[in-house]
Parts: sequence; structure tokens; C-alpha cells
Amino acid sequence: MNEMKILSTPLNIQACIDKIISPQSGGIDMFIGTVRDSTKGRTVKHLEYEAYESMAVKEMQKIVDEAFKKWPVQNILIHHRTGILKPGETAVVIAVSAAHRDAAFDACRYIIETLKKTVPIWKKEVFEDGEEWVSPNP
Amino acid sequence: MKVTILSFGSIREIFGNKFTEIEVPDTTTVDSLKALLESKYPRIKGIASYMVAINDEYASGDSTIKQSDEIAVIPPVCGG
Repeated sequence: MNEMKILSTPLNIQACIDKIISPQSGGIDMFIGTVRDSTKGRTVKHLEYEAYESMAVKEMQKIVDEAFKKWPVQNILIHHRTGILKPGETAVVIAVSAAHRDAAFDACRYIIETLKKTVPIWKKEVFEDGEEWVSPNP
Repeated sequence: MKVTILSFGSIREIFGNKFTEIEVPDTTTVDSLKALLESKYPRIKGIASYMVAINDEYASGDSTIKQSDEIAVIPPVCGG
């Protein structure tokens, strides 16, 4: 099972777990990306997330397909927010269930790293004294 | 032919709109579209390695654009 969604409403972490938990799995690995309150010493008021939704979901599907090929994992879920998020709010949830933990950890890491490189989602940091589109980390 | 370009993030702010109509020659590649956009909006030259997507797929520079295509300009992505 897999589920990829772009959502403009708060992400429900427990609901994500409930979707992918299964008796065949021995564990769930989850990455929860949250909004940090400062960047290089500047105070972040909020982030504005924007997505090219149709393409983003297709790119997420490619990542998920690849993860299923590479690791023996059971279920994968990706939920990503759009809109205005305040520090502490959840921007992304990646959840992977697998029979054994190694596959779940590796797949989860692969999914978040690849998502940051290929999925058309952008964020603007709004500071108290200006705003800036975030450039990808090298 | 007239095509509509979808834009996002920093490029959307430069274009001033999510949808931008532009007149292009009937045979236009992604590279020639980029050159056209850069002459009309020189500020996008400052955006490192932006991409063009055709119908939800990243397109190579030599891909040809059809009027019925959904064309999007994709600044460097930064999800998560």
C-alpha cells in the first residue's frame, strides 16, 4: 500500500501511522519535517509552501516505486503540506513500515532525500525583516 | 502559436502571475523557450538551473513543445 498527498490542512501524524501499520510489519520508521524558528540567526515568522500538485504527486510516486524496488518494505506514506506554516508545525510526514527495521530506516531516508531533490515543492521563509525563497541545500 | 506557461515560487513572482501567455514559433524546443523567457524576463537568468516540465514531466532541452501541452517553469525545488 502506498499513499501520497499534498494537503493544505494540518497533517495528522497518528492518522499517518494508523494508515501504514500492519500485522506483517515489525516496525515503522517515520520522518517528520517541522518548521524551524530561525535561519542563520534570523527569526522566521512563518514559511509559505507552494506545490505543483499534479506533478508533485507523480514525482512522489516515482520515488515510492523506486523504494519498493530497492527495499523489502510493506507500506509507504508521504503527506506534504502547502500554505502558511508557523514554527513548530509539521511540513512533511514520510512513514514506512517493513518486516525489519533496516529496510524501513533506509527507505525512509532515501524518500526524504530524493523528495527534496525532485518533487516540485517550494518554500519561502518570511522573516521579521524580509522574505526569501529557500534554495536547496547542496 | 500561443502557449500558456505555469510558473511557481521565485519564477512566479518574477512573471507576476501563475499563468503567463507567450507567443512562440510553431516549432519551439525547451531551450528556445527558455531563451525567449530569459529575454522577456532577464531576472530569471539569476535563478540557477531552473527546469521546464511538459505535462508533469521534467523535459530535456531538445524536447519540442506542442500547443496542447501543459508547460511549467520549475525553479530549484525545496520541499521537506
